[in-house]
Amino acid sequence: MRLITHNMLSSNIKGVVNGFPLRIEAEKVVEKTVEMNGEFLKKMFEKIDWKAFVDASRAMGYTELPEEADSSMLDSDEFLNRFHHALLELHLEEGVLVCPETGRRFPVSKGIPNMLLHEDEV
Amino acid sequence: MASRPEVVAPPEIFYDDAEARKYTSSSRIVQIQATLSERALELLALPDDSVPKLLLDIGCGSGLSGETLSENGHHWIGLDISASMLNVAVEREVEGDLLLGDMGQGLGIRPGVIDGAISISAVQWLCNADKSSHNPRLRLKAFFTSLYKCLSNGARAVFQVYPENIDQRELILNAAMHAGFAGGIVVDFPHSSKKRKEFLVLTCGQRSVNVSISKGKNEDRESCSDEDSEDEEKQTVCISDRHRPRKKQKNNKSGKGKEWLLRKKEQMRRRGNVVPPNTKYTGRKRKDRF
Repeated sequence: MRLITHNMLSSNIKGVVNGFPLRIEAEKVVEKTVEMNGEFLKKMFEKIDWKAFVDASRAMGYTELPEEADSSMLDSDEFLNRFHHALLELHLEEGVLVCPETGRRFPVSKGIPNMLLHEDEV
Repeated sequence: MASRPEVVAPPEIFYDDAEARKYTSSSRIVQIQATLSERALELLALPDDSVPKLLLDIGCGSGLSGETLSENGHHWIGLDISASMLNVAVEREVEGDLLLGDMGQGLGIRPGVIDGAISISAVQWLCNADKSSHNPRLRLKAFFTSLYKCLSNGARAVFQVYPENIDQRELILNAAMHAGFAGGIVVDFPHSSKKRKEFLVLTCGQRSVNVSISKGKNEDRESCSDEDSEDEEKQTVCISDRHRPRKKQKNNKSGKGKEWLLRKKEQMRRRGNVVPPNTKYTGRKRKDRF
């Protein structure tokens, strides 16, 4: 699971008001190289929740991202490279995603989060 | 599959390890999935600015349809309920991200972040109640409501569906309309029971803009296509109209004219039947001798 996907996911459990962002407990992180596309990164920058993104990348062991970011930083190649790496190249292979409100744990196995809910959670 | 898989077992049981592997290694299915995915992507009508989009593939299975998205340069997130299918996708090293989830429980994606969504042969599974806790109407509502929420303004969703009957199609379409979508059904090859393909084309937001939906391929000029409509009532009427027996022609002439005959022959020709060529005698009355 990439961080771009983690930044989209929220907990869907009945009664949860704000299930975003899910906290990451990483056991295994993998890096896979992806070709960079500057236009896509700029577009995603507007959609990304930056604080959640930084927290998630730190939970994955990547600490090169600044705490705050604004669109002027997109002109920097160095920033773009770091953003690209954290967003699309880091993969959570094994671990758990934790709902911020209920503490429900969604296991991640072989890079696939299990977001299935039990019957009483729907 | 001689029969419909929905009536055999729930999807997470039907697509077990053996079936998932068999499904993915069938070259015919791979070809069909690729064709349907390309058509869905075409109907998605993404802006032609060569910037990759973030797309959702609902019911992605082993990643056959997602592969088409990757080939077109897009990033995608795939969702499926079958762990076996997703495991095959991992083995195939698909480029998209994969989620194990049930679309009938709602998508659980943040609002307004998805640029488009496709689904190939998946949404009709929601019409079956596989557990005592399942209510098809509620599951469809949960699905479409959460989908509407996570799509960005002006984004589209295109679902290729195999409805079992008219009621199922109307159930799916009504659930989409109630969630706030505009749109309708595009039918490719409507006259061939074998080649017929139905696409649910939905538009999110921008209600004031009249979005045109393309005609299905080989669609008869005379047949009624669903048109984009803000009014659910009109949408329902439009669907009903298509299945109501056609009103008799208003002309007072007793017989059917040559025009009708030519149209009929063309129709038969399109269905692949053997039809005599049109000549100057076509539609002429035979001599009294017969």
